[in-house]
Amino acid sequence: MPKLMLLGDEALAQGALDAGISGFYGYPGTPSTEIIEYAQKSKQAAENNIHRTWSSNEKTALEAALGMSASGKRAMVTMKHVGLNVAADPLMNSAITGASGGLIIAVADDPSMHSSQNEQDSRYYGNFAMIPVLEPGNQQECYDMAFYGFELSEKYHIPVLLRLTTRLAHSRSGIVTKEPIPQNEMRKPEDMFQFMLLPAIARKKYQHHLELQKDFMRESLNSPFNAYKTEASSKKLGIITTGLAYNYLREAFKGEEIPYPVLKIGQYPLPEKQIHQLYDSCDELLVIEEGMPVVEEQLKGLAFPGLKPIHGRLDGYLPRTGELNPNLVAKAFSLPDTIGRPVPEIVVGRPPALCVGCPHSDTFLSLNEVMAEYGRGHVFSDIGCYTLGFMPPYNSINSCVDMGASITMAKGASDSGLFPAVAVIGDSTFCHSGITGLLDCIYDKANVMIVILDNATTAMTGGQNYTGYGKLEDICLGLGVEKEHIRIFVPLKKNYPEITQIYKEELAYNGVSVVIARRECIQTLKKKNKMETVE
Amino acid sequence: MKKDIILAGVGGQGILTIATILGTAAIKRGMNLKQAEVHGMSQRGGDVQSHLRLSDDPIWSDLIPYGSADMILSVEPLEALRYLPYLKEDGWIISNSTPFKNIPNYPPEEEIYREIKKIPNYVLFDADTLANAQKANRSMNIVVLGAAITHLGFSQEEIEEAIKAIFAPKGEAIVEANLRALLAGIETK
Repeated sequence: MPKLMLLGDEALAQGALDAGISGFYGYPGTPSTEIIEYAQKSKQAAENNIHRTWSSNEKTALEAALGMSASGKRAMVTMKHVGLNVAADPLMNSAITGASGGLIIAVADDPSMHSSQNEQDSRYYGNFAMIPVLEPGNQQECYDMAFYGFELSEKYHIPVLLRLTTRLAHSRSGIVTKEPIPQNEMRKPEDMFQFMLLPAIARKKYQHHLELQKDFMRESLNSPFNAYKTEASSKKLGIITTGLAYNYLREAFKGEEIPYPVLKIGQYPLPEKQIHQLYDSCDELLVIEEGMPVVEEQLKGLAFPGLKPIHGRLDGYLPRTGELNPNLVAKAFSLPDTIGRPVPEIVVGRPPALCVGCPHSDTFLSLNEVMAEYGRGHVFSDIGCYTLGFMPPYNSINSCVDMGASITMAKGASDSGLFPAVAVIGDSTFCHSGITGLLDCIYDKANVMIVILDNATTAMTGGQNYTGYGKLEDICLGLGVEKEHIRIFVPLKKNYPEITQIYKEELAYNGVSVVIARRECIQTLKKKNKMETVE
Repeated sequence: MKKDIILAGVGGQGILTIATILGTAAIKRGMNLKQAEVHGMSQRGGDVQSHLRLSDDPIWSDLIPYGSADMILSVEPLEALRYLPYLKEDGWIISNSTPFKNIPNYPPEEEIYREIKKIPNYVLFDADTLANAQKANRSMNIVVLGAAITHLGFSQEEIEEAIKAIFAPKGEAIVEANLRALLAGIETK
């Protein structure tokens, strides 16, 4: 069978499809978006009627996936690392209820923050929830771990967390596929207590969860994704790699045999027995992991005197933050570094910017006209393309914290006396996490003006559909925003007089105003026009 | 054969298409491939790069180590310079000379060209004009690819075959425009 050339994200999606998945759930977020996008384009998924539409946010997605699992079918929920914060509630509790049909929680971390607010490491959540974590090291493992993850999940009735990182999620390579297997039949839970976390039941279930830990440990010890190479010409150093860090190790040694013992980790909890063997047989340890020093911290525990040295990101052998690469790993072994010519001084940065013709550009420039008299510090914003409104020539916004925080931070600021307090939020972000914040505003009759940037898509991640499309006014009306304070304009230069008038009137209103700036994303519009020309 | 290539440009200039064409030709030969792409926020008019690794032997890292790229293939001259630390001593720069100016402090072109010409092996040429001359205005990236293929050890036929396979769904006219663009690039010295 010819190899398929797939991104890590796509390989995981194809693996899930071949492993008999019945539903993907998720919210777009770099670097995880391509998992569901792949399923949406897949003929195989369409033929088998696999659920693959987007959810409102990561929490609703994980809960829906849990519901599908409770009904006996295999489900996968996908998100970026910060999305797992939103879904942390169902994550922690689904660890206690457990699963029925295989449930994989696929989270893509973004070390180095290529497209994120932070570089949090989802393996901490795996430890926190005490569930098995899989961390693929290459595209083939992404594919294979879908099968393996569903089986592991069903064997112990437990959700399995699968952690990807940017470099693997967005790197393409050849994978070999397996014969697809059919979906599970729908079946109701056999145990009517399983998903009932009343305290008396939860305590018993938590006890059971603790007892499962030794099984998870045994699975890690025997995992096909963990490998312990004991033969070595030197025992001065023992190496532990996790996920794709193994590739950088091999690259640093140019594909030659590694002279030290190597424990390659692709499945957690950490196989304690092998860790002890490695520790006992070597003088020092070096931990190479992509992301935060999760394993290193676990090994170090409290630094008792007399402990053998354990090196890694915490003691400067590897940088404390950011992505790894082959050169950084080579340096940890004091191998000769290879570096080409320096970047010439004339090379300046080319930061991302709003596209030419972007509707946000007109919304910001017109807003600036009205806000000029108040100075900066009044406009709270959110996560999306429009975060670039912080950059020149706009300099329009002064916050970007988490999905939905624009509205609630504006409310809090208004509560403390700031006037005017303005929130700028995208349409998809509003539906993700802005609606409940708006309800807070209405409940308190907060003096805020909320500008919803309605470009009819989830633009930043490449133009995905979102759940509230076409319903924004109805949602605001339904929540209780007064009809005369829901204003709509088309962000175009010629409309600036009208737009600034609307802003002024709504700023003057002492209560909740929602101003909707409505014009389609220039990128999705281009894509549509292109499709029409081709057809 | 083993080739490590840094593809460089600005979001939307078509470097991933170059990667797909080279990748298709490499797979046809039975080579291994890894290709790291940039998605997300950087694509909005920012600098983008792709690490394309082709090899008969297994490939470990998705990223090319510094100082070991055989080529920087760039569709924009300033972007060609950004990745110099990846280029090995005798590596090639193949770059379009037409600047893409979406930043206010874009350096003077002459200074950029001077820096590129300091590299022993370079091809610097106006791919935009060549593409336009072929009535293939949107195939500047393919012209740049054309200038690179012999240095990468691929034949014209191999790349033509890949282009036909990839662009076929878009119609005969687009396939032909890209083949003309490729030839224009190949004929560049």
